[in-house]
Amino acid sequence: MRWQAYHTPQSVDEALSLLSQYAGGAQIVAGGTDLILDMQQGNHSALQALIDVTTIRDLDQIREDNGWIVIGAAATHAAIEASPLIRHHGAALAESCSVVGGPQVRNVATIGGNVAHALPAADGTIGLLALNAEVQVCTWNGAAVECTWQPLLSIFVGPGKNRLAANQMIGAFRFPVRALRSGSAFDRIMRPQGVALPILGVAAQVTLDESGRRAVAASIAVGPAGPIPFRATESETILLGAPTLDETALERAIDAAQRQAELRTSKHRASKEYRHEMIAVLLRRVLPKAVARAQAA
Amino acid sequence: MPTLNLTVNGVAHTLDIPAGRFLAEVLRYDLGLTGTKIGCNEAECGACTVIVNGRSVNSCIYPAFKAQNTEVLTIEGVAATWQSPNLPISQSQEMEQWSDSEIEELHPLQQAFVQHGATQCGFCTPGFIMQAKTLLDANPDPTDDEIKHCLKDTYCRCTGYVSIVNAVKAAAEKMRTGHLPEPVLPDHVEPLMHIGRAIPRPDAVEKVTGKAMYADDYQFANMLYGATLRSEHPHARILSIDASAALALPGVHCVLTQKDIPGELRHGLVEYDWPAFAGGDYPARYVGDPIALVVAESDELAHDALRLVKVDYEVLPVVTDPVMARQPGAPVLHPDRPDGNLLKHIKVRHGDIEAGFAAADVIVERTYRTPMTEHAFLEPECSVAVPAGWNDPRYGPHDKLTIYVGSQIPYADRDQVARCLGIPKEAVRIKGAVMGGGFGGKEDIAGQFHAALAAQVTGRPVKVLYTREESLRFHPKRHATIIRIKTGAKRDGTLTAVEAELYGDSGAYASLGEKVMTRATTHATGPYVVGSAKIDCYAMYTNNAPCGAFRGFGVTQSAFAVESNMDLVAEALGMDPIELRRKNAMRVGAMTATGQVLRDSVGLLTCLEKVENEIRDWRLGDWEIGRLGEGKNDAASISNLQSPISQSLNLFNPIRVGAKVYAWGIAAGYKNTGLGGGAPDKAEAEVEVFPTGRAEIRTSSAEMGQNLIGVLAACTAEELGLPFRDVSVLVMDTDLAPDGGPTTASRQTYLSGNAARLAARSMRERMQGVLAEKFDVPPEVIAFHEGLAYVDEARLAKVKSGNGDWRLEIGDSAPDAQSPISNLQSLNLPISQSRTISFADAVKTLIDEGRSPKLRYEYWAPKTQPLGTGGDMHFGFSYAVHAALVSVDTETGEVAVERVVSAHDIGRAINILSLTGQIEGGIVMGIGNALTEHYIEENGRPWTQHLGQYKMPGIKHMPEMRNFVVEDPTAEGPYGAKGVGEISSIPISPAITNAIYNAVGVRCLALPVDQDALLLAMKRGVREIDRRWGDALER
Repeated sequence: MRWQAYHTPQSVDEALSLLSQYAGGAQIVAGGTDLILDMQQGNHSALQALIDVTTIRDLDQIREDNGWIVIGAAATHAAIEASPLIRHHGAALAESCSVVGGPQVRNVATIGGNVAHALPAADGTIGLLALNAEVQVCTWNGAAVECTWQPLLSIFVGPGKNRLAANQMIGAFRFPVRALRSGSAFDRIMRPQGVALPILGVAAQVTLDESGRRAVAASIAVGPAGPIPFRATESETILLGAPTLDETALERAIDAAQRQAELRTSKHRASKEYRHEMIAVLLRRVLPKAVARAQAA
Repeated sequence: MPTLNLTVNGVAHTLDIPAGRFLAEVLRYDLGLTGTKIGCNEAECGACTVIVNGRSVNSCIYPAFKAQNTEVLTIEGVAATWQSPNLPISQSQEMEQWSDSEIEELHPLQQAFVQHGATQCGFCTPGFIMQAKTLLDANPDPTDDEIKHCLKDTYCRCTGYVSIVNAVKAAAEKMRTGHLPEPVLPDHVEPLMHIGRAIPRPDAVEKVTGKAMYADDYQFANMLYGATLRSEHPHARILSIDASAALALPGVHCVLTQKDIPGELRHGLVEYDWPAFAGGDYPARYVGDPIALVVAESDELAHDALRLVKVDYEVLPVVTDPVMARQPGAPVLHPDRPDGNLLKHIKVRHGDIEAGFAAADVIVERTYRTPMTEHAFLEPECSVAVPAGWNDPRYGPHDKLTIYVGSQIPYADRDQVARCLGIPKEAVRIKGAVMGGGFGGKEDIAGQFHAALAAQVTGRPVKVLYTREESLRFHPKRHATIIRIKTGAKRDGTLTAVEAELYGDSGAYASLGEKVMTRATTHATGPYVVGSAKIDCYAMYTNNAPCGAFRGFGVTQSAFAVESNMDLVAEALGMDPIELRRKNAMRVGAMTATGQVLRDSVGLLTCLEKVENEIRDWRLGDWEIGRLGEGKNDAASISNLQSPISQSLNLFNPIRVGAKVYAWGIAAGYKNTGLGGGAPDKAEAEVEVFPTGRAEIRTSSAEMGQNLIGVLAACTAEELGLPFRDVSVLVMDTDLAPDGGPTTASRQTYLSGNAARLAARSMRERMQGVLAEKFDVPPEVIAFHEGLAYVDEARLAKVKSGNGDWRLEIGDSAPDAQSPISNLQSLNLPISQSRTISFADAVKTLIDEGRSPKLRYEYWAPKTQPLGTGGDMHFGFSYAVHAALVSVDTETGEVAVERVVSAHDIGRAINILSLTGQIEGGIVMGIGNALTEHYIEENGRPWTQHLGQYKMPGIKHMPEMRNFVVEDPTAEGPYGAKGVGEISSIPISPAITNAIYNAVGVRCLALPVDQDALLLAMKRGVREIDRRWGDALER
């Protein structure tokens, strides 16, 4: 069954008040490449109405604002991939968005939708997570919209489930502008057979001290490595404690990530053992790239 | 209803439509712009790509109201966006079937897709052109990588993408320079007037402009829509059906079930074992079995109503493994059959098998598994049935029940519809729509009889269009097989014995299962002379999807086992794998394991030589170091793992570059042309010549993208001496065209090609006879060339060709010859004074003489013998050798096919452009079989429910290719030709797995290769793996 109404609100207020009115019978949609597919394939219950937020003015804006890179929830993967701002400040995000689907999908699929879908292996989400991104949650209080920034991880509940209530939507994401001697990178392992999601994706960001050898900040995001997108915090700690980011530090970080990640065998996608190996492969590919970018910065 | 305002191709539209509509539906069904195709409804295939405000989108799941106030560009509008610079036009000779202006009016992408053969079935073409346009708009000179990046999620099942990449580059050049470069094609023998040339397919312009009419593009007035209810269970008796809630919905006309069938309840191409609706005595035997058809005012309503039909099932025990199905006590699917679940036990016995193994110095035995695979033609099945007496404002009168459908066997459809409806065959007409791919998957009947029954019952046109999900679930697939094969050889490489046991999972119904598994069995010795053979095959019924025809027809499966074992034998003997194959290769005079002595056209040794030389040159050339290292690692990290490069190099040694190891692998194959096995094999064609100077050739063979129409036109034009453009072709119409037989078994170039050639030749002889009387000369001196009939004894006498044909020599080599152009001036002269008359006048003369301008020719292929009786089981075989260069990432287990070198002996190239397309497309399809494709069923239920779960190779899987054409003619074939449709997809899978073994020392015994299993095997030092993608993993 298709929806009976398709709304194209002009503001977040209008979108959220509509959403509240439907009291669960409607959902926010942006590109629709996940939600509509799920509805078409019977994996999502029928909805009375869809509320398309891509017509909201500036909701797709990508801008630098007071020390932050701010990305509107309706920014498409294509726009992020092509944005000079994001390529400079958040290479991991640009790289992760550039591998999602094909160009036709990236032209409509948004970063807000990618995060809201709440899949632990979502590429864009993994990219954001490594950049220490925050999410802006907009809430309709019955009369007006209130927006708050909160850590990205705080909105995930489990695979395919977010914490957004029936009067909330994502307004934007932000991550700090690239620090001096900082760099990030993303890579993933796919398989050529019939699975839509990557076997494993890894994004990392590293900030170096003046010597260029020691990390003063490090973040590593891995997915899927648990029910929600995952930060390899133990590996991060090891990197921060390492006197120099050498082979030994890298191998210890890999070991820690392999221990901390909750890997599992998922049907026709990958065995647990394979994912275990891929954590190592990806960290060996991604970390040195992030470090090299930090050194070059 | 809400109002949608949008501009499409520059035209503003205001539409009141339901809020839930998708853009593709608006374009196709509300605006009639049917050039935009729907292939999957899940933004997976890209066929629906259109441009919205300058950006490409998948319109199939793009909400129409998202396009509010936008500018949409579709394939119908793309030509108008191109303003041709005023440059001199220089169309190649091959393009002459269209006028310069017809071509120049097209967008350069459209021109290039036509000229480069980048459109075959054409269903994906509009999507490709739209998506590629977004690239060329931004980047006037894209690299191969940029093209691949742009077209990554736009899928083609026919071309293998090579011609598409070439066409995009050619279009870019045209846009930059005004010059459209011609395709670069393999060397081949000197063409005749039309035979052997690279003539673009006659329907190419229709396909690149979106005008070609596929079944779902027909929109009849007052049309109803049928949706099919399918079984929830893989094996269940239907106790009762309650359709009352569905019928209560306004707009639902009827719910048809088994009791509504007036005729025979079961159908089938070979055995009548498949119920048109499950019910009564015939339980549902797989989850694709139809139970009811809901007929309603709209497609959406019909599908909504489907959910309201309640079926009471008695669930029956299920068997889904072919080996289990043969065990005593297994659930029996067809209790009325004599042998339980055994569809057929097929045997090959040749020589003394015990003596053969006793004489062997090495014996290799392995068990291989091949997956069930899916055709994934881009166009899902669609039938539109129009009742007798229906006069449609757009499509005219229909004097009998007419079904518009893209089907591989129109006459079998007609007979099966008539049988089901209990009416005479003559009361049914199958009218072919343009077909969006078949590959064997459109041989069995799909919704044709359901639509026909609904049209009979309602008195209105009824469309039954399958969703992609339904298409996947319903139609017969390629057999999954388990093949144990034991090969014995002497120290010098001589093959002494092959013993094999094959299990083929034929699924719920016979379909063509017996024939497919027979081919797997008879080809299980490979294209080699073998001293002895003992092969047993068990084609089994199970509760999986039925399996039947799929390009390769069983040989794809056994070739994987045979060619894997060949490399194992070579290794055991310490012999070069090419040398082992050469030593045993079939050649003229050799006898096959079924007792057939090969009399001509065995080009296997030439194929081996061509491929070997090419990969040797490659190994010695710059490519090895330069290209492999490019962008990956510096040359210093490249190391040959076994020996330094030298003249005595082993072509199959691996080369390491960084984490990747590269190696070549090789395999050979052969495939019969035609039905064989004693089946009468014929095709009939009708030729008609017109006083306008044109001719038409008609046969109800199927055009599914392979360019049979171009082959038929070329044969006809060649024989009648007409320009290519003056021959039209009519296929797939059971009222207007005689039966060309099934389009299967790589048989139509040979069968229908011969029928067309001989029909045209007979017509030429008839015309020669009439003109000979007029001019009072012997008929032999009348020749037809470029639309003119020449009467010239002196000149013709000099050019009598070797095979008894009269051929006219034109041009410099013909001394004192007047140019045919200057002869045109004589047209106005009375016939009696002229030595040249136009073809048109020749036809008028024919008619004036009271002779019919229409002629039918029934061509019978050479007789064959049933298996087990010795003699000719087939009248011809095509041969191929494929070499694949693969890379294996030793860190991830990922496998990529980097380069393929192939050689195919196909007798004679009739159209070198289409032939190349068949080769490139077959090779990429074979890559899918080895690496990506598996239709997974679990306890009789498909895990593979959507196209996204069945990845056919995309453009990024396309390797570099070098393809050689070997033309070892067969005497009976048209101009020496034999089949090519299937052979091109056969040897590639084992060539890939042999290459993987050569690279990393792990042999994959099951397909498709799983990078997960491969990596773990490498890590653990395991040398053989039986796990493949799709096998259950322990949690």
